[in-house]
Amino acid sequence: MSFPLLTVMMVVPLVGAAVVWLLPAGSSRLARPIALATSLVTLVLALLAWARFDTGSSAGRYQLTETHSWIPQFGVSYALGVDGIALSLIVMAAILTPVCLLAAWNDLEGDRDDDGSGRREKTYFALMLVLLTFMVGVFAARDVFLFYVFFEAMLIPVYFLIGLFGGPRRQYAAVKFILFSLVGGLIMLVAVIALYFHGPGGEQGFLYEALEGNVTGSTATQRWLFLGFFIAFAIKAPMWPVHTWLPDAASEARPATAVLLVGVLDKVGTFGMLRFCLGFFPEASKWATPVVITLAVISVIYGALLAIGSRDIMRLIAFTSISHFGFIVMGIFAMTSTAGAGSALYMVNHGFSTAGLFLIAGFLVARHGSQRIADYGGWQRVTPVLAGTFLVAGLSSLALPGLSSYVSEFLVLAGTFQRYEWAAAIGTIGIVLAALYILLTYQRVFTGPRPTFAEAAEPRDLGLREKLVVAPIIASFLLLGFFPKPVLDLVNPAVSKTLELVGVTDPAPTNASGSAQ
Amino acid sequence: MNSLALLAAEGEVASATGITAYAWLLVLLPLAGAGLLLLGGKATNAWGHLLATALSWASFVVGLLVLLAMVGRGHEERAAHVGGWNFIPAGQFQLETGLLVDQLSIAFVLLITFVGSLIHVYSIGYMAHDPNRRKFFAYLNLFVASMLLLVLADSYLLLFVGWEGVGLASYLLIGFWNHNPAYATAANKAFFVNRVGDVGMSIAIMLMFATFGSVDFATVHAGAAEAGSTTMTVLGLLLLVGACAKSAQFPLQSWLGDAMAGPTPVSALIHAATMVTAGVYLVVRSHSIFDAAPNAQLAVAIVGAITLLYGAIVGCAKDDIKKALAASTMSQIGYMMLAAGLGPVGYAFAIFHLITHGFFKAGMFLGAGSVMHGMKDRVDMRGFGGLSGFMKITWVTFGLGWLAILGVPPFSGFWSKDKIIEAAFIGEGWRPWVFGGIAMIGAGITAFYMSRLFFMTFHGKKRWVDEHEDAERGVHPHESPLTMTVPMMVLAVGSGLLGLVLSWGGMFTHWLEPVVGAHGEEHPVLAVPVIMALTLLLVAGGAAYAWMLYWRDEVAVVAPRGSLVTQAARADLYQDAINEGLFMRPGTHLTRALVFTDGKGVDGVAGSLAAMIGGASSRLRRVQTGYARSYALTMLTGVVAVLGALWVMN
Repeated sequence: MSFPLLTVMMVVPLVGAAVVWLLPAGSSRLARPIALATSLVTLVLALLAWARFDTGSSAGRYQLTETHSWIPQFGVSYALGVDGIALSLIVMAAILTPVCLLAAWNDLEGDRDDDGSGRREKTYFALMLVLLTFMVGVFAARDVFLFYVFFEAMLIPVYFLIGLFGGPRRQYAAVKFILFSLVGGLIMLVAVIALYFHGPGGEQGFLYEALEGNVTGSTATQRWLFLGFFIAFAIKAPMWPVHTWLPDAASEARPATAVLLVGVLDKVGTFGMLRFCLGFFPEASKWATPVVITLAVISVIYGALLAIGSRDIMRLIAFTSISHFGFIVMGIFAMTSTAGAGSALYMVNHGFSTAGLFLIAGFLVARHGSQRIADYGGWQRVTPVLAGTFLVAGLSSLALPGLSSYVSEFLVLAGTFQRYEWAAAIGTIGIVLAALYILLTYQRVFTGPRPTFAEAAEPRDLGLREKLVVAPIIASFLLLGFFPKPVLDLVNPAVSKTLELVGVTDPAPTNASGSAQ
Repeated sequence: MNSLALLAAEGEVASATGITAYAWLLVLLPLAGAGLLLLGGKATNAWGHLLATALSWASFVVGLLVLLAMVGRGHEERAAHVGGWNFIPAGQFQLETGLLVDQLSIAFVLLITFVGSLIHVYSIGYMAHDPNRRKFFAYLNLFVASMLLLVLADSYLLLFVGWEGVGLASYLLIGFWNHNPAYATAANKAFFVNRVGDVGMSIAIMLMFATFGSVDFATVHAGAAEAGSTTMTVLGLLLLVGACAKSAQFPLQSWLGDAMAGPTPVSALIHAATMVTAGVYLVVRSHSIFDAAPNAQLAVAIVGAITLLYGAIVGCAKDDIKKALAASTMSQIGYMMLAAGLGPVGYAFAIFHLITHGFFKAGMFLGAGSVMHGMKDRVDMRGFGGLSGFMKITWVTFGLGWLAILGVPPFSGFWSKDKIIEAAFIGEGWRPWVFGGIAMIGAGITAFYMSRLFFMTFHGKKRWVDEHEDAERGVHPHESPLTMTVPMMVLAVGSGLLGLVLSWGGMFTHWLEPVVGAHGEEHPVLAVPVIMALTLLLVAGGAAYAWMLYWRDEVAVVAPRGSLVTQAARADLYQDAINEGLFMRPGTHLTRALVFTDGKGVDGVAGSLAAMIGGASSRLRRVQTGYARSYALTMLTGVVAVLGALWVMN
């Protein structure tokens, strides 16, 4: 039996959370360093997992597997294992967590509800570590039931992070978040139960590899099952028209929470579409494709238009994500190797670019105490480094070539174009809209005459801690912008395996190797 | 079979050896400069501009060595390919980076690095007192690196990386003084219009992938001839959309005039000599596609012809010296587009004019900067006049540029523009008469507005007040420092002689032949001497008319109302009003309406559902205090329900 790396990656942050939570009142200032150290250990483990992952063509699909019988009567196993897509998302989550912890370092300074015991601080950082455990778990699960448990469990720390530590409308946002998720979760629950009966059954009947290609039942049944999962994932992703919880949740949450929510948690939606919808219900997926592609295109355009119209910088960033999730879903349902790889890469790239936007905007809001774009102007002259890094994150978000998002957006569009020319062409309009929402925001916040401040209230530019937060994010833009191969090598085999399950092959070039028509 | 694309497809473009193997240095040297200056922060303030200038020159030296190595090889063996790295391996889409060092790209490399380096030197003087000088030079280096990548790339995707890189540099430099809100808006406008072009470019690249399975030049160009003319027409038109945005061609021209918000060296380098000509490069580089799509080719020529008149008309009414030059740039690029749209007879002349224009227009922009430098940054030519005596070097160097753009023999513009006019008269049916006629009339208008600009600035009576008389409004015109005048002198030499040298024995067109293909001897519908004589007559007439109005007669300090045509030209033929009415206002209303309904409509439906469940939960809340507990309970119930259901079923 090999070393249970994935389990350890889940246990480490959980133990860290317990330690942080149980710190005696006098030593609560240790909460932050312990949390950060724990997340860094998890990151090392994630990198180790990456190093041990075999991307060779002969390697198995799910690797680093662990399988233990859990509730054999119901076919439920504690089964873990990752393919390249799951692994890349775990590594992304493991990188983003310490970055977010560092960004959140001073979040609770001057906290109104603080009673001086440090309890809120301990809770805050412990919850982030708990969230890390569940994030690893949901991507590492290899059993549908286990996945469902993590899928639901994730909501609890997020609920508290928003509801206890968010902005003025945090209660409303947290409840809205939980209700939308609940609806999706319950629909999925029904589908999970039904899936067991249409799978091969047996003691390991919920294992992914047992279900892939083995879901039986009439066409109608499969379509219903597909819908059960798809709706849950569409709410999570979120897609138009079930997106409305996201802007509220993201703008009321602390920036670090928003990053983990939008950058990582929401990926479970698109990840689930790829793994469950396509993998288990290939025929139903093909049946639904026209509708899904249409919804994806609407999401791309709609999210971008709403972002342009947003007056709150955090809501704006949330809407840009709805647009980006539209691209990811489009790429998944285009069902070509190019678009699929593009979507998988997009999930990683979007995590970083949205982290850049949320965290840097958070630094700005922390200095001025307002999320209203109109309250700013001319800040480039006050905080040039902050302005510059925001611009770089924005350029990544608008998919400027040379930065990471471009590669993934191009691959999604090019791969989609092979089958659905018009969807890709309309989606391309998104790149004009993206320029509008990013650069208009940059103009309104950072350009113009220098604002005046009272002598003592002059905001300072990014400090060392904040620069350390931004550096890895910007490094990822450039690295994956010019050399996305490491991630693509991870996701390519997983994408081609999925397409094999669906039973589709790439369309041949219409004019391959110059053959005359 | 002397087209490079075909050779490349058959694997006949040799891998680079010798200095050419180090061609990546061309891009990497200025890129390193940009990186160092941006990351180095204030520590590099003192010497950053010198480093950036040195690196730009270093890139030029590498380019020169590559050229010498190329000259040493035979006519057909000059093109070389330099490999890069495995860029995007994604399923069916596979792309390696690589550079294509051939006769076309090396011509651009030398133009970009030579003019670019001169402008770096000029900027040392021009930006000496700017607190953000380091950033300015970082952006200039970024521009040079991106532009070199654009012209050296061996695939459309890598070209697009450079294409957007220069767009970014252009955005950053137009908005360099963005504490002025109008300048920030100008920067955004340039980026937005270019993004519209990017839609065309992006879809073009997708279509290439769907059609050929690859986006590298070799594959695409090799397959173009056989891929069906509908696809190629669509492809050509999409590329044209991209080219129109980047090269400020009708109908995507509106950003260029506002782009003059950037510091003048930027206008010279990016918005005159190099970046705005990238669209012409794209068309010529993709000539295999356009050769296979006559309709797309015709569209290129039409766009060029419209723009050359459009820019010329606008140029006649502008009083802002930089905006007049910008309109002129638009018009001159229109000539290049027209030439590129003429097909094989025009490709080489398009590039030839692009090179000479790069010299004389950059020279004139630097001259305008020198005038502004001596006139307290004023740009209104109605407040100039008689400056020839105060800025002799600027006057002479500008004068050479003026003679070049007019097409007076033997100055540079004559050799290149006249060839385009002649080529426009080649063909059958209505085309030679329309295109040739427009090109010829354009030359006359060009002579008028450029002479107007030259006379209003340097000749006639002085219309400014000396500083001694009025310290507030007065100016003290003076010649600029050597760092500024030397680059102007060098460019002036180019304005004077480059056309003659490059056209000696058809040297330059012969040089480009392996890339753009040879074309048979074709004769214009009018005899060449007739065309030449008519053109010169129109040029002389235009210049004489300008002399009467703007040198002999008094020039009004405040612009007269003018005719309807003048008013329209002054307002850029209402391009902004049209864009605003067609796109901006409806767009604003749309986003506002959507923001309103997103809160009411979509959310209302979802919200009422939520309210239903919420109502239930709020009852739970009274019992359990807190939604989370109620949720945890729900979840627990759910899990129990699943297990229970499974147990019952089993």
